[in-house]
Amino acid sequence: MSLELIETAKYLSAPGKGLLASDESTGTIGKRLEKAGFENTEEARRSYRELFYTAPIGEAGISGAILFKETLGQQAADGTLFVECLQRQGVLAGIKVDEGLVPLDGCPGETSTRGLATLEAACRGYVAQGAKFAKWRAALKVGGGCPTEQCIETNAQQLAEYAAVCQACGLVPIVEPELLIDGNHDQAAFADASTRVITRCIAHLQRKGVVLEATLIKPQMIIPGADYTGPKADPSEVAQHTLAVMRQCVPAAIPGIMFLSGGQTEEEATINLNRINQEAQQSGGCPWSLSFSFGRSLQASVLKLWSEDQGEASKARCREMAAALAHANSRAVLGKFEGLHPSITSQQGSLRETFRGWRTDV
Amino acid sequence: MQASLSSRPNIACRSQFAAGAAATSKRSRCSSVVVAGLATEKDNPFAEELKANAKHISRRGRGILASDESNATTGKRLETIGVDNTEDNRRDWRQLLYTAPDLGNYISGAIMFEETLYQKSREGVQFVDLLKEQGILPGIKVDTGLQVLPGTDGETTTQGLDNLGARCEAYYKQGARFAKWRAVLKISEGEGPSSQAILENAHGLARYAQIAQQNGLVPIVEPEVTLGPGAYSIEETAYWSERVYSHVMRLLNEYDVLLEGILLKPNMCLPGLDAPSASPAEVAKYTVRTMMRTIPPSVPGIHFLSGGMSEEESTLNLQALQDACPNSPWSLTFSYGRALQSATLKTWQGKEENWGKAQAILTALAKANSEAQLGQYKGPHPAPGGGRILQALRFGGAGK
Repeated sequence: MSLELIETAKYLSAPGKGLLASDESTGTIGKRLEKAGFENTEEARRSYRELFYTAPIGEAGISGAILFKETLGQQAADGTLFVECLQRQGVLAGIKVDEGLVPLDGCPGETSTRGLATLEAACRGYVAQGAKFAKWRAALKVGGGCPTEQCIETNAQQLAEYAAVCQACGLVPIVEPELLIDGNHDQAAFADASTRVITRCIAHLQRKGVVLEATLIKPQMIIPGADYTGPKADPSEVAQHTLAVMRQCVPAAIPGIMFLSGGQTEEEATINLNRINQEAQQSGGCPWSLSFSFGRSLQASVLKLWSEDQGEASKARCREMAAALAHANSRAVLGKFEGLHPSITSQQGSLRETFRGWRTDV
Repeated sequence: MQASLSSRPNIACRSQFAAGAAATSKRSRCSSVVVAGLATEKDNPFAEELKANAKHISRRGRGILASDESNATTGKRLETIGVDNTEDNRRDWRQLLYTAPDLGNYISGAIMFEETLYQKSREGVQFVDLLKEQGILPGIKVDTGLQVLPGTDGETTTQGLDNLGARCEAYYKQGARFAKWRAVLKISEGEGPSSQAILENAHGLARYAQIAQQNGLVPIVEPEVTLGPGAYSIEETAYWSERVYSHVMRLLNEYDVLLEGILLKPNMCLPGLDAPSASPAEVAKYTVRTMMRTIPPSVPGIHFLSGGMSEEESTLNLQALQDACPNSPWSLTFSYGRALQSATLKTWQGKEENWGKAQAILTALAKANSEAQLGQYKGPHPAPGGGRILQALRFGGAGK
């Protein structure tokens, strides 16, 4: 089983490949759909996701798509299971397995993540439905004394426990310690916090005996906080700080670092990823793939088009946009993104949302 | 035996705040750890020099000559060739090593014992200058030896933190540019190192590394998982090595050690003394896997120790590492003591007339290992057929 998992992890993080994070919970995707003028119904969610899974995202560079559990059982309009739509184009199905954030006792404003108690049973079910990899998100605040020692320790332990259970059930775990973009911290403070958090996560993975060769990590790029009043970090600075932290913390055995986009615009995320890879190549290379697991940065423009028109012609344009966004980021993984970005939402600024992660509908 | 590493309560918890971050008005019991790690690089005036020296020592085709035996240990070696343990004899022996022609083509650093750092050749030239002439950076052993941990089965901690900063400063002034501290973890039949031993030794290494860097010395971090009696498998060695190294690396990061300015000196993975010896390919497979799993890419060089291997095995295994890891993010190279000195000493016999021959053997051994580092070693080995180099653990502090 271990060898299969290692192969899966390698496949997901192959050169030029990345992940579509489309695993928003019902609540989160609902708010996004509502903002775009839709009603949050199962059909609305299904038909929105269908745009992506029936778009040619596989050949555009997507190796895996993370789904929410509702979506794992859903079908395209013609009755084909989404998992099947994806499989046909070489896209592995992944599944979000955490059950959302909960406040952490004694650490105001900080959270841990729910889901360990029912995880093993859930994983076995997801494997039966065709899932090949999983994702669990921890969220950590930066600034004002955060992240605290307890927050780091608790979340790192949970991530390691989750990863071990996944591997035992036959799923490649994506370990996501997201340091939130919220705050007015500068890049250096963010780098420091990231170093501490990622180091601790790795330490707990190792203690748990998680097979690192069959694990992917999903961190934030090293950027200043969304409310930082100083100058914006240019792609070169993002690249240097990000590479420094990753090289300091992540053992070579992990095959892929799949960055989250966490509030960056579609264009920013691609350009930063591109620069990270260029700088990596120019400074002796890196042992892991520097890739993406983007949600909003692969979806925002699609949602915009979709909100304007749900006709057949629009569907085709939406699919094209989905593939174009994927392709741009696939090129960025190779350090070869150039030209015009397909995004039509980047002018509107940050894709930051404040309602992410809190589940009340489990 | 499972080592359960419950973390020490807040050993790394410092209540400093990054510039500009608002301080919490209430101190909660969850203390914060908001020290700017990468700011250490900006704060340490030696940062660029440390990085450059570490890179220089670990560059391709080069390795380290470990010649830092204490006076007592050196005495034991000299005894085997019938030479008295006097300061002059110790000086002669090291002079032989450091003036070997062309040694600098293969050796990038030489680790010295304190006495040697301050010694001069017969002709009155400082050893540090002789080495620099060869293009070899002088290094200095800074630990003061092993002490048994009470309540354990002969496990040890390493001493030397007291006054370390001042000593490092003085060594730097004298010309040293890197340091070495050896921690030893034991495996024996069916048992790995205790969590007490792992925590204690990792802490010592991380503190030493911090202090060395503050004083301009590149720390060689040596967590030796030492070969022991028993028929335990190479997988077990790999397992315990992983536990030890991952904890060491975690503490180095928590203590803000600049990883680009350190070198690692680990053991290769070998089966227990009483198990059949492993082929170079097997040694390489487990050693590389262990390094990949525990060492982040920013460490520029991994300099393996030779303990437990014969001279020839040390070379063959080193070459096998290159085959097993063709695009390694760190240099996979050597820091060899007896694998470079044993045959040299035997050839010298303490006799003036053998001086040249002995130096030739040393250079040949250095060359063989340099070639192995490049994956280009072809043989025959300059010192074939030797037995395993083993070292009994000495306790009680460094001999004077």
